Amino acid sequence: MWHNLSMRMVVFFLLCVNSATVVASDVHAGVAANFATTFKVLKSRFEMETGYTIIESRGSSGKLYAQIRQGAPFDVFLSADAALPLRLENEGLAVKGSRFSYALGRLVLWSATDKNVAHGEAVLRRGAFRHLALANPKIAPYGAAAKQALVTMDLWEIVQGNVVYGENVAQTYQFVATANAELGFVALAQVLSKSNAAATRVWEVPQTYYQPIRQDAVVLNRAKHNRAATQFMRFLKQPAVREVIEQTGYGVP
Amino acid sequence: MTALTTRIQLPREGFYFSVDLEAVASGITAVFGPSGSGKTTLLHCISGLERGATGFVGFGERVWHDSAQRIFVPPHRRDIAMVFQEPRLFQHLNVNANLNYGLKRTPPTGRRIAANKVIDLLGIGGLLARKPASLSLGEQQRVAIGRALLASPRLLLMDEPLASLDIRRKREILPFLRKLPAEFDIPVIYVSHAISELYQLADWVVLLNEGKVVAQGGIRDVFSRLDLFDYLEEQTGAVLETRVLGHEPEYELTLLGVDDEKLYIPKRDIRVGEALRIYVLASNVSLAIALPQAPTSVLNILEGRVLEVGRPNEKRHSLLVKVDIAGQALLARITQKSLANLALVPGMKVYAYIKAVSLDEHLV
Amino acid sequence: MSLTSIDLSPIFLTLKLAGLTTVVLLLVGTPVSWWLSRTQRRWKPAVEAVVALPLVLPPTVLGFYLLLAFGPQGWIGAPWQQLTGSALSFTFTGLVIASVLYSLPFVVQPLQGTFEAIGHKPLEAAACLRASPVDAFFSICVPMAVRGYVTAAVLGFAHTLGEFGVVLMVGGSIPGKTLVLSISIYEHVESLDYATAHALSAGLLAFSFVVLLAVYVVNRRFRYRIA
Repeated sequence: MWHNLSMRMVVFFLLCVNSATVVASDVHAGVAANFATTFKVLKSRFEMETGYTIIESRGSSGKLYAQIRQGAPFDVFLSADAALPLRLENEGLAVKGSRFSYALGRLVLWSATDKNVAHGEAVLRRGAFRHLALANPKIAPYGAAAKQALVTMDLWEIVQGNVVYGENVAQTYQFVATANAELGFVALAQVLSKSNAAATRVWEVPQTYYQPIRQDAVVLNRAKHNRAATQFMRFLKQPAVREVIEQTGYGVP
Repeated sequence: MTALTTRIQLPREGFYFSVDLEAVASGITAVFGPSGSGKTTLLHCISGLERGATGFVGFGERVWHDSAQRIFVPPHRRDIAMVFQEPRLFQHLNVNANLNYGLKRTPPTGRRIAANKVIDLLGIGGLLARKPASLSLGEQQRVAIGRALLASPRLLLMDEPLASLDIRRKREILPFLRKLPAEFDIPVIYVSHAISELYQLADWVVLLNEGKVVAQGGIRDVFSRLDLFDYLEEQTGAVLETRVLGHEPEYELTLLGVDDEKLYIPKRDIRVGEALRIYVLASNVSLAIALPQAPTSVLNILEGRVLEVGRPNEKRHSLLVKVDIAGQALLARITQKSLANLALVPGMKVYAYIKAVSLDEHLV
Repeated sequence: MSLTSIDLSPIFLTLKLAGLTTVVLLLVGTPVSWWLSRTQRRWKPAVEAVVALPLVLPPTVLGFYLLLAFGPQGWIGAPWQQLTGSALSFTFTGLVIASVLYSLPFVVQPLQGTFEAIGHKPLEAAACLRASPVDAFFSICVPMAVRGYVTAAVLGFAHTLGEFGVVLMVGGSIPGKTLVLSISIYEHVESLDYATAHALSAGLLAFSFVVLLAVYVVNRRFRYRIA
């Protein structure tokens, strides 16, 4: 009995140690929070096709950037914007020439309760809401896009008294989902990832209203010779994969 | 006379507290018993600090607690004041503010007690500006007594107020306590486990044991009862009311009179003519049926008459004999063998031999 | 980056929030800690555990549930809306409520400890000197608990100063209303404006240190004076 149990424990430990070494070896990706749901689909597909394993650190792009500068062990960085990967490249922290746009963010106005939101601009103009949520334009690309759209519609000054800011688009989504804010500018991908019902209460902001939200990826220096990382970047460019990205709520360049 | 009625039941750890007490509330009523006998519980039921009891507590016309009628008057509306074993002065207030705490909360019409009189009597005039922490324990307890008095209570409760003090402090406060009822016209319930305190103070005494009243009555009556021998054991004795006849400074003795009988005790600073209560332990009293043939070291030989012969105690070797000395009862503790030798029976003339040195007040 | 070019409104807002929260905390914390220090009831440990929850929970957990509770259908938000006609989320009032919950253990625990140390004896003495329980509480317990109150107030204030997660979840980062210092620092970090973030962070660090130092010094003095 005792013998049996201790044997089992030894086997268990070996398994743990073994799997840990496997995980440590392949690709460590830093992924912008808004892309997390899509990434999950891509990750399992990539792992099945190649046998490589990906571990994923999720966060706001700014935080991931700061971590990379402090030596975080990421192999690839999937940012929510184009500026940070460029900055990493300029700073000599990313592999030159590896940078490309893997997705284009699509901005929507969304409500958890109000179907009228489909009328978009008119609803905003009527102003019959207490809180309009958007991501902080100073730090979140979707926030900057939402601000541009509001400026384009000449609404920016008008809604000032009703705007509340999420620190990122995920938190903005939370404000709307819990009905604390009646409306909010979020990513289409977020709305699609939930329910079909949610997708009926959206208004997609015309892409002419804001500068494209280019989401760029880049290979980081430590992965210069990491074949799994290079292969993952190639994987992101495959037509079938781009199709998945599109289906989950993004544009593709 | 205001009467205090206490009929209380309360389960306590180790015993069931059940007291039925009708006390005439004037002067000092002593509640005496060993620790754990329920003395403090009784005080807490009277004061209202104990809320869990069932029964009835009334003072004069006023009902303080009647569990049948769901009446419970909280302590602050009972017109009482309490002095605890520890001074419990409010540390953040100076002596003056402590003294005034209860006074300020007494309606002006109810303030019967003059602050300066209390302060003078207690000798705390020099302490008024000081914080409690800078006072000695004896000083603190004097302030606590003053604080309670200045609340002009209708009934003053004292829970072993001298127990935490050394002999010197005790003697400093005892005379003051003795004057209390007469000076301020406040009845006092005084809890103590020390006979030495209460025989000097109390006129009425209640003996408690294991949550029950064992005996109650006038102090001389209770302490001359033969049936309390098993309960009081070594402390059994009798209270004698005496008068100071004179002093013999060359021998450091004081001469007392019990009616026509005379009695020497170690010298005390009391003026001639004043009354003095003493407590005579039964084991310090010997009996003889005749005066000594030759001189003896025993200074006190009092003539009396046997009133009653008690039963042997639990250990069976000794028993009590109650002797009438000039109208007052004295107890003698003798062996069964002595009883047989002397063939004592009620009505017999006897002589009580009491060594003067055994009457030192500290020995009680 | 010079200090004059930094927007100082988050600092004042934070001080206002921490100050008001501390006042509410002392008002709410006093009866709670008093009850906890006196009661023998069986569910006392349960109440103690609930009060202590913010000590162990990530602020985001509390923030998330508050976000749900403050919503128009939430169990706090709905009655509040009925009563006052305004929402709780994204308001200064909402932040005060959130901060009170979040910092409650920092006020309740020192107060409870102080009240337990005072014990029932001084109150019994007061009750036997014609003082009603409320009277005795204010005339005896509160003055005796001064040190506990100072500690509680400072801990509550300082903890609210540094609060981040909860405010992030229910605040909405509205300048002048809910954009407090910690959020402002976070935003400066996120927008890679490290210089401003550094200036504000260093300021907060120094301020917190000075406040705590002052308390410990005062407490020491006070103890000696009492003794």
